[in-house]
Amino acid sequence: MAGNERVDVLIIGSGASGAAMAWSLADTKMRILCLEQGDWIKSTDFPSNGRDWEARRHTDFDISPNRRGRDTDYPVNDDNSAMKIANFNGVGGGTVIYTAHWPRMHPSDFRVKSLDGVADDWPIDYWALERFYDENDRMMGVSGLAGDPGVPPRHPPMPPIPLGKTGAHYAKAMNGLGWHWWPSDTTIATTAYDGRAACINLGHCTPGCAQGAKASTDITYWPLAIRAGVELRTRCRVREITTDEHGMAAGAIYYDADGRERFQPAEVVILACNGIGTPRLLLNSASARFPNGLANSSGLVGRNLMLHPWPIVSGYADETLDGGRGPITCLWSKQFYETDPSRGFVRGYTLQFGRGTGPANQAIIGAAAGHLPWGRDHHRRYRELLDHRLNIGVACEDLPEEHNRVTLDPVLKDSNGIPAPRIDYTISENTRRMMEHGIARAEEILTEAGATRLHASRTVLNSPGHLLGTARMGYDPERSVVNEWGRCHDVRNLFIVDGSIWVTSGGVNPTSTIQALALYIADQMKQRLATLFD
Amino acid sequence: MDNNPETGLSATELRDLSDIAGTMIPESPAFGVPGADDPAILGDIARSLGRDLALVREALAGIAAKSVGAFAGMDRDRREALINDYYAGGGAAGAALGRVILAAYYRDDRVLLALGMEARPPFPKGYTLEQGDWSLLDAVRNRPPFWRDDRSAAAGKR
Repeated sequence: MAGNERVDVLIIGSGASGAAMAWSLADTKMRILCLEQGDWIKSTDFPSNGRDWEARRHTDFDISPNRRGRDTDYPVNDDNSAMKIANFNGVGGGTVIYTAHWPRMHPSDFRVKSLDGVADDWPIDYWALERFYDENDRMMGVSGLAGDPGVPPRHPPMPPIPLGKTGAHYAKAMNGLGWHWWPSDTTIATTAYDGRAACINLGHCTPGCAQGAKASTDITYWPLAIRAGVELRTRCRVREITTDEHGMAAGAIYYDADGRERFQPAEVVILACNGIGTPRLLLNSASARFPNGLANSSGLVGRNLMLHPWPIVSGYADETLDGGRGPITCLWSKQFYETDPSRGFVRGYTLQFGRGTGPANQAIIGAAAGHLPWGRDHHRRYRELLDHRLNIGVACEDLPEEHNRVTLDPVLKDSNGIPAPRIDYTISENTRRMMEHGIARAEEILTEAGATRLHASRTVLNSPGHLLGTARMGYDPERSVVNEWGRCHDVRNLFIVDGSIWVTSGGVNPTSTIQALALYIADQMKQRLATLFD
Repeated sequence: MDNNPETGLSATELRDLSDIAGTMIPESPAFGVPGADDPAILGDIARSLGRDLALVREALAGIAAKSVGAFAGMDRDRREALINDYYAGGGAAGAALGRVILAAYYRDDRVLLALGMEARPPFPKGYTLEQGDWSLLDAVRNRPPFWRDDRSAAAGKR
């Protein structure tokens, strides 16, 4: 096996957390290498450059790796899961194909046991992360509006995305009901920002932004990290983390772009492979010393998977709205976020208000929901749908349950022969009650907005793609995989910085918090460089 | 029977696809649009089957079986009823058939122009999005904070 020159820090994965980590650690002047299994994606590759832009959302830019099937993807057996897995393998990871919605966790999300008597408290709190949230907002470039009474104070550096016709339509309905709403924070630049051009309302944010207005780490953190000396090596798929005679991480065995097996030695190894990829890698790194997988003395690697059930409730207004022109999500509501025992469940959800979609996807959605018939009446009915769509997402917190887990599939393998992950996941009764409550509230809002043809999708195929909880953080090595600053209890030079380390999931899109956590862990490491392995 | 190397379909399957697509989305002089069996649109559909080829072939076979091989000879009402019934219960195959037809149909220049849309990709021109009425937010601005502050003794109360 070919060996490489030793590095100080080896980061595996270049997505949300790996990029933030690399940038933050770069000022130590250590030799830092990141291995990424995917490619750089050029802005000219994104679908909105071409006439087939809507179709490609269902092919090479689908958010499901199983559907997308690029040679840089690995398959996931999610047949036994109520929700399907979404991710992206390339420089920037999931940030390349996220919606750029940018809520933070709430302070109460870190103290669910103390406040609501369920699950576990995190070993850190919101206030420890606050300055890293702020730093990350500057780095990613956030558009939003200060003063929201539903969330702790924050100061987005750019003005919010426009309400548009659709946002104003929702706002009138919410005001009529007397419920909270606020323009969403997003990482879509509304002004020129740090080399990025302002949004021009391509309306197709999820499968990559050709304008570069949407922040993904390939255009935010990575150029700065590389300029600061970090090396990023693409098309390198890591098979396993090896350990030395002292039980410390020695480095990683990976396959390079030509399929050659190589060994990369490192002083410190940092996993940033998301809540599926990280437990997969740890379980694939089993050895005589670590027979149940690396860093898995607790038995919790792969367990407590949380995926954020996310019903979508839609309807159609009489008025002509924004359709697919403009960023997808325009508002949020925190009206039902904090626990209220009278609702019959604990914890809560964010409501996210979406615009419509392009002409082809409007037809696909309409047909799937039974609103668009085939035959002579197709054209008349289609014109009642296009540019009239309203849709509200119910971003539910699902709580950790050990039976929801990632294991290694006994049969399925990726193109390098590495065992693929298998997902076993069910939605709990508490979450189901929360989902139904949210669906009913969304229907009230749409009715207040004058919408008809209401339709609720309880689980949306492949959405939202939030992969959390499978290597949780905590003080107790018997009840957690990493400590309160991301270091594995079992392997003192092995760190995890992605969504795996989440203790609970909150009811928000996770990327803001994933990156704030990565910056926090990097800061903790920098403060302890002389005693990092003690 | 040889399949077309570009589409993966046999000549019979392509003819069946044309009959089915034209039934699903027929030409409409009233709306000024072609049908999905228009040669240019049908060609686009056939060329874009890609990873959906197996499912679309399954759908074609399913519809043929449902019509006892006589789909093209059925009257229009029966064809439309059969297609709507098949799509509603057709699972992944029906969904794939609908998706590839709609994705190609709603990017045709004539269809987009008839809808009052520009026949172009979103980038680089983009679109205009009006700001909207921000005074609507006044009703919310003056609400007191209602997120739970875990540092206060009142945490847990709202």
